[in-house]
This record gives sequence, structure tokens and C-alpha cells, in this order.
Amino acid sequence: MTPEFLIGNITLFVLAIFLGFELITKVPATLHTPLMSGANAISGISIIGALIGANVAYDGGATAVSGILAFVAVVLAMINVVGGFAVTNRMLNMIAGKKRGGA
Amino acid sequence: MQDWISLGYLLSAALFIFGLKKLGHPRTAPFGNQLGALGMLVAVVTTILQMGLGDGIEWVLIGAGLVIGSLIGLWMAIRVEMTGMPELVALFNRFGGAASALVALSEVWRYMEDSSNVPTDQLEITVIMVAAGLSALVGWMTLTGSLLAMFKLKGGVSIFGKWIKTPTWGPVWLNPVKVMMVVGVAVLIYLSIDAPTDENYLWGIIGISSLLGIVLVLPIGGADMPVVVSLLTSLSVLSAAFSGFIIGNSVLIVAGSLVGASGLILTFIMCKAMNRTLPDVLFKSFGGSGEKESLTRTKVGSDPDEVAMMLDGAQKVIIVPGYGMAVSQCQHQVKEFADLIAEKYDTEVKYAIHPVAGRMPGHMNVLLAEANVPYEQLIEMDEINPEFPDCDVALVIGANDTTNPAARSGEGPLAGMPIIDADAARTVVIVKRSLSVGYAGVDNDLFYMDKTMMLFGDGKAMMTGLNNAIKES
Repeated sequence: MTPEFLIGNITLFVLAIFLGFELITKVPATLHTPLMSGANAISGISIIGALIGANVAYDGGATAVSGILAFVAVVLAMINVVGGFAVTNRMLNMIAGKKRGGA
Repeated sequence: MQDWISLGYLLSAALFIFGLKKLGHPRTAPFGNQLGALGMLVAVVTTILQMGLGDGIEWVLIGAGLVIGSLIGLWMAIRVEMTGMPELVALFNRFGGAASALVALSEVWRYMEDSSNVPTDQLEITVIMVAAGLSALVGWMTLTGSLLAMFKLKGGVSIFGKWIKTPTWGPVWLNPVKVMMVVGVAVLIYLSIDAPTDENYLWGIIGISSLLGIVLVLPIGGADMPVVVSLLTSLSVLSAAFSGFIIGNSVLIVAGSLVGASGLILTFIMCKAMNRTLPDVLFKSFGGSGEKESLTRTKVGSDPDEVAMMLDGAQKVIIVPGYGMAVSQCQHQVKEFADLIAEKYDTEVKYAIHPVAGRMPGHMNVLLAEANVPYEQLIEMDEINPEFPDCDVALVIGANDTTNPAARSGEGPLAGMPIIDADAARTVVIVKRSLSVGYAGVDNDLFYMDKTMMLFGDGKAMMTGLNNAIKES
């Protein structure tokens, strides 16, 4: 790890935080729940960390405990991803369906 | 080799940003959600390709983990009732946060079991230990904090059949203790940089963080709990960003901080809706402090027939839903009621949505959407309040604190919170199980006004009764 690489990562971190603030400011209250739920599904991106962690754990200095921890991490992260997107989709379909029918 | 991987992650990050943007507008929201899911697929495929398709045992385990997790997630998403949505989303979120904390723990555990795994580069070990420590702090704090919050939302916990009320306790001296605990964790993280194989530091960080979560949530009562739940959620998302620093992965950092920041914005929106600041919520103990007065006033209940008669000829009715509607799941009966009076008496019907009605911003909108209530009839608080003086009947269903005129008095736990002006309507009908106080623990004067008619009972049963009475009249 070089200092440049670390600084690059910190830059990404800070810029993404500003972008997050900008993206969400003007949203009607109707969409707050689906938005929270959809954003939460994206936060299931920890699946990437879990996958890489699992690969390192099984591939490299595979110790039993870190292997099990990584496996559990993959399962939990996947629940977050699939469940999150599915439940958001269900909610949004209700809102959209009603608009077509009601208006 | 590395180049196309970075491009894959860039594509996925761009899809997330675009998807979040689209999620902010009613018409494009479903598309935005699909873009997010596509971004996730790109990220996962890129990662798996990068790892190289070997044929060892790890592929069986990783594949099994992916499939098991997907099935559980899908099953939970399909099964859940719309009323349980806030809890489910919070639960999913905790799973993601726990996964990040486990990734960090798994990495550090490798060092402890075999010190030859420790990276020799000083900068790398510093970054890893700091990120792992922060990830543990956020992960464990939000876990214990949200567990306690869950029980506090329920009001208590049942142990061996005995109902134990969850306490609200927060003396002023607890605030410096909170700060000291955060400093304590920071010191432990600093010490652990020089001794990555020492497990005592790890247990210390986990222990203090778990306690911190409890100490943070314990003093919070009143209507502030949804704010805290939302704050814990956005913090736990940040742990994904920290785990990105550990394994040097850009898409984890971008997605984690992006979503963490957007969650924080939602928290601020809720604070603003309640006329509070975040430090107020975290450091001042509000409401439910045991000073609740026992109820001395009484009110005679009405029956559905009486209300149905009064509704005959009403020109304008505003429905004010609250958490009670979610609990009794009577949104379909409410919609049927609105259709009935619109058809029979030619009444104009609108819904007044308080920003923090329910347990999550937008909770009421989701429930009413499920019952096919037209989007145009859902009016936000600031727009609907001026209409109450022209309104014949305000029908309050399971809402309490959000209509309590005590909030205008400037005293007590509700002081300063904007409310729905249901008391300005010519007649107020309230569907509620009893006269008991709401979440903030404040008696509601609205119940005792002369123009108020109380329908005591479960929301679903009462609304069904009311609908039948209107059909028969």
C-alpha cells in the first residue's frame, strides 16, 4: 500500500459523502421509505468485502475461525442485497400501480 | 489485468449513483431500484472474475453462501407484511453491518492465529487496524443500540411470561461518560496498531462499543426513537466503507459513504420535522421519565352509527392516519370508507400525512399505497394544515402525539414539534383503543374537546363497523 493509494481512497470517501448529501436533499415524503430501503440494499455492497475476505481466508493462511467468519459474512451480506432489492421493488410496484389505476 | 477490474467497479458505482438519483422521483423510482440491483450484479461478477475461477473447496463454500443468503433474503422480502416494513429494512441493514464487521474481524483473526500473516508494511498495518477498529466500533454499537431500540419501540420485553418495561434513564453525568467511551475506543485502536496480534485490545474495543450502543439509546424516549433508529442505520452503512479501506476496494468505499451520507440526510429531515437538532436528541433525555400523570379525566365513547349520521352531509373529510393504523392493518378499510362517503355523500376526502407518523418517514404513504389510495389525495402536513378550518370532519385513526395540541404550548416532551391541526376541524372523530398516552407520554387534550367523538376499539373493527353503518344509513 502506497501513501498515494491511501490518499486516493480517502479522496473517494470524502467526495462520495458530499455526493450522497446532494443526491437526497429534495425527495417527496412518499418516497422516503422506498428510498431508505433501496439505499439500504445498495449498502449490501459489503458482499464484495465478504467475497474477497472469504477468498483470502480459504486461499491464503486459511484458519478455521476466519474461514467461518467469512462464510457467515457472505450469507448475511447476501440476505441484505437480495432481500433489500426485492422488498424495495415490491413497495415501488404498489406505489406505481396505484398511480396508474387511480389517476 | 487490474485495469478492467477498476473499470467494472467504476461502472457499478456509476449505476448506484444514477439509481439513487432515480429513486428520488415517483415516476422513475422502480427503474432506479433496478439500476441499483444491476450495479450490484456488476460488482459481484467483477469480484468473482477477479478472484480467478479455481476449483478448490472455497468455490463450493462461497457459492453455497451466495445461494443460501439469496434464498433467505428473497423469502423474507416476499413474506413480510407492509406494516412490518420499517423493522425489516432495519434488520436487513443490521445484517449488512454485521457482515462488514465480520470481514474486519476475520482479517484481524488471521493475524492472531498466525503472526506470519501480518503485513510488514507499516502504513498498511496502520490503515487496516484503524479501519478494523472503526468498523468494530460502528458495527457493535449499532447492533446493541438497535436491539435495545427495538424493545423500546415495543414498550418492553416478556421474560418467562412476565412483562418487563424497558426503562428510560439518562442522568446528565451520562453524557461525559459517552464521550469518554468513544475516546477509550480511539485509544485502544491506537494501541492495537503496534500490537496487531494482541487479542485483548480487540475484546476491549468490542466490549466498550457494545456498552456504548446501550448507553446511547437508554436515555432516549418520546417521539425521538425513529430518529435514533435512522441514525444507527446510516452509521452501520459506514462500516462497509471502512471495510473498503481494509481490503483497498474502491466500490466499497464509494457505495458505503454515499449511502451513509444519504441516510444521515434522512435523519436530519426527521429531526427538522420534529423541530429538534441531532445533539438535542442524543444528549438530552426527553419524555417518558416516569413523571406521567395517571389519567383522571374521562370521555364517553361514541358508536359507529352516531358517527355515520354525523358524516351524512359532510362536504370535506380529512383522514389523519398514525401508527395505530399500521398496527391494526386497517388501511384497506380506511380506503373503503373514503370511497363510500365520496360515492354516497359526494364528500371530498383527503389524507393528512405527518412527516413522522408511523415509525419511519413515509411509512403511512407506503401503507396507503398498498390500499390503492390515489397519490393526489395524500397531502403533506404544511399544505393540509390551512385546510382544517373548512373541514367538516377530521378522522384521526391511531394517531396521537402528531395531533396533540400540547406541542404548541412550548412545554413538555412534545414542545415545538409541528403537529397536524386536527383540532381546527368542525368535528373530530378519533379511532383509538383507549385514552392512554402516546409514545411521548403526554396526555392529549384533543380527546377531551367537546367537538371530539371517540370510537374506542381496534382500528380494523371500528372502521368495518363504521363502513357497515354508512352502508345501512
